[in-house]
Amino acid sequence: MPPSQILLWVSGAILGGLIAFWLVRNAIDEPDRFLEVTLIGGTTGMIYALIALGYTLVYGIIELINFAHGDNFMLGGFQTNSMVNDGSFQIPLFPTAYVLPIPLGVAATANSSSGQKIYTILMCLFFSMLFCMVINVTIERIGYKPLRNQPRLVPLITAIGFSFILQDIGLVWKDAGPQPLPNILPTGDIFHWRGATYSWNDFIVVAVTIPLLIVLTYLVRRTRSGKAMRATAQDMDASSMMGINVDRTISFTFALGGALAGAAGAIYALYYGTVKFDLGFRLGLFAFTAAVLGGIGNLSGAVLGGVVLGLIEAYVQGFWDARWTTTVVFSVLIAILVFRPSGLLGEQVPEGQ
Amino acid sequence: MSNQAGSQPPQTKNRSTVSSWRASYRRYRREHTWLGWGIPLAIVVLAFSYPWWGLEGPLAFIFNDGLGIDNDTLFNMSIYVMLALGLNVVVGYAGLLDLGYVAFFALGAYTLGWFGSGLFEQRDIHFLDTNAARLPGIHLSFWVVVLLAGAVCAFAGVLIGWPTLRLRGDYLAIVTLGFGEIIPDVFRNGDDIGGFDLTNGVRGVTQLDRPGFGQTISDASGGILPVRYTSLELRPWYFTVLAMMLITVFVNLRLRDSKMGRAWIAVREDEVAASAMGVPLMRTKLWAYAIGAIFGGFAGAIYGSFINGIFPTSFSFQISVIVLVMVIVGGMGNIWGVIAGAMLISWLNFRGLDKIGERIGSIPGVSDDFSIAKYKFGIFGALLVLMMLFRPEGLIPSSRRKAEFAEGEGTATLYDVRT
Repeated sequence: MPPSQILLWVSGAILGGLIAFWLVRNAIDEPDRFLEVTLIGGTTGMIYALIALGYTLVYGIIELINFAHGDNFMLGGFQTNSMVNDGSFQIPLFPTAYVLPIPLGVAATANSSSGQKIYTILMCLFFSMLFCMVINVTIERIGYKPLRNQPRLVPLITAIGFSFILQDIGLVWKDAGPQPLPNILPTGDIFHWRGATYSWNDFIVVAVTIPLLIVLTYLVRRTRSGKAMRATAQDMDASSMMGINVDRTISFTFALGGALAGAAGAIYALYYGTVKFDLGFRLGLFAFTAAVLGGIGNLSGAVLGGVVLGLIEAYVQGFWDARWTTTVVFSVLIAILVFRPSGLLGEQVPEGQ
Repeated sequence: MSNQAGSQPPQTKNRSTVSSWRASYRRYRREHTWLGWGIPLAIVVLAFSYPWWGLEGPLAFIFNDGLGIDNDTLFNMSIYVMLALGLNVVVGYAGLLDLGYVAFFALGAYTLGWFGSGLFEQRDIHFLDTNAARLPGIHLSFWVVVLLAGAVCAFAGVLIGWPTLRLRGDYLAIVTLGFGEIIPDVFRNGDDIGGFDLTNGVRGVTQLDRPGFGQTISDASGGILPVRYTSLELRPWYFTVLAMMLITVFVNLRLRDSKMGRAWIAVREDEVAASAMGVPLMRTKLWAYAIGAIFGGFAGAIYGSFINGIFPTSFSFQISVIVLVMVIVGGMGNIWGVIAGAMLISWLNFRGLDKIGERIGSIPGVSDDFSIAKYKFGIFGALLVLMMLFRPEGLIPSSRRKAEFAEGEGTATLYDVRT
């Protein structure tokens, strides 16, 4: 091992030790707050996990960092926003500011009946997922598919281009300011334990995410399409020789990723009660960090990475200074890439890479 | 356009009209060697005399009024040409995708803040500064600060590149993006680092030193070189940034044809082969990164001085992408393409889209508040996508780069570095 590598590892170990020490000290000093912050972090982490899965699915199959994914998530949030506020499914048209509304009558306010709220939440989830799925597959078809044999820089730049286009679709659709929506998630606390509380809307995030993860696992592990996906990820040429429709499989992957982004967008909008057009850039990068943290291409890794990143963010905001969140998250990203590029659980990319 | 023999593109199946023009131009070039220095000289003369024929005089109604290229726009365009040329070294020559170039731009500007303003008012250090009064703070001569900015950025480039340049191409892109976000974030939060005010936080640094030559040199030149630049007389600013731009072009040209430049191209085309031929990968890439950073620093220092205020919010990811769009639209690796791309995109960015929006808004039936400048990033995004789909080598590509793209499938590992 060359001396520069040893230096790198020693500095990494010292850094890791200091962080662990800091966390343990805070946990001992203020156990109540530590638990509360951990719960907050876990909830945010679930949303990160959903977005991170979209990155990792796409990276696993065509080794592309789909930059547009975060902005797709933002559009999902906007869709939920308009469904709750206006009760209609909306199709924004770029570059004109005209929005094509399809009335569904699902508008809800904080005072609506519980049945109406549940119905609205389910419809928001469904239509946001559908919306983002269509966007993701469209982008793949017109943007990434023709460039599959180009140098990897080319589709990556295309993805950045799409990211900006989607962001401006959001800007055309709603305006530049934060877009609020009423809180229709159930309120009230599930349990109190010393100083920490766990409320219903935190629980809803988990209650929506976990079934989605189970469905995703089932799709990837147990169905024919999932099998085709795994085969294509391993070797695109060989699987096409074995009769797998590679184009359709890749589109299927993008559809899955888009649906997860849509679900994340819906949950985010409902949970935080506000969506902004430039949200996707920051959250997308955070989620990508989560995917890298867990090991890109690795589905369980993305979930683990999402939760860990949510915790990191919560600890920074809870025990240090919220201003430094961005710096800390990107430092984590860089540290992971430098010290352990394969992530926590190991990367699963096609062989020979 | 010194295309060496042997770097000709492979014959494409159906040559377009443009490429046949290129061929006849090349033939003409070979027969008239004076064009090799004549055309650049003419362009330089045109650029330096722009204030006399473009801002005022016979053509002003086209350039100043019609296209809106006034003093400010001119200055900004020149700054962005410098930035694009700096990024061209990293992206175009060495093939390392850098999505955080704005970090060096910011660092250059803040270097001016540290060494050429009243930010550290508890200190009182002066060296050849041209301020009218003796102000508190560190005030070095602007020209020294520009060099310092280059040095600081080169150092930062090496510091950032050393652990990260061994990464795979797209991972490197993400890491550079991360640094591009971290560095402005540090400047934003830097007003209280252990109780020390390093960057004045969101309030930014204002009252920056301006370039100038001092009384002695000014007198010796008969008043042509100003004692210090002012915000009223903008021509010296333009000439200065143009001169810096020319230096950048010159360095770019010389680097391209140097041993280092050939090493960059070798690394870009095939790392494994280059390494086997004895090209030291890390050192070569670090040099590309550091040199790209230096130009970013130069541009940042003079930009900060011209704007007379440095704010962390001015250094966003969007700037990195705009500069990248310039390099890509113009043609990665080709200096003339990059300059043309930078001029076009920066014009669109600063004035062009406003002007086009005004024109469209003045058409009867279109609402007056029609604004396409609001959606400029969507437009640039669409431009990126269209370029990548239809002409990934750029508008004016280097023939070598074009050949690499035309190879297609075989280049799948072009930007790969095994970890």
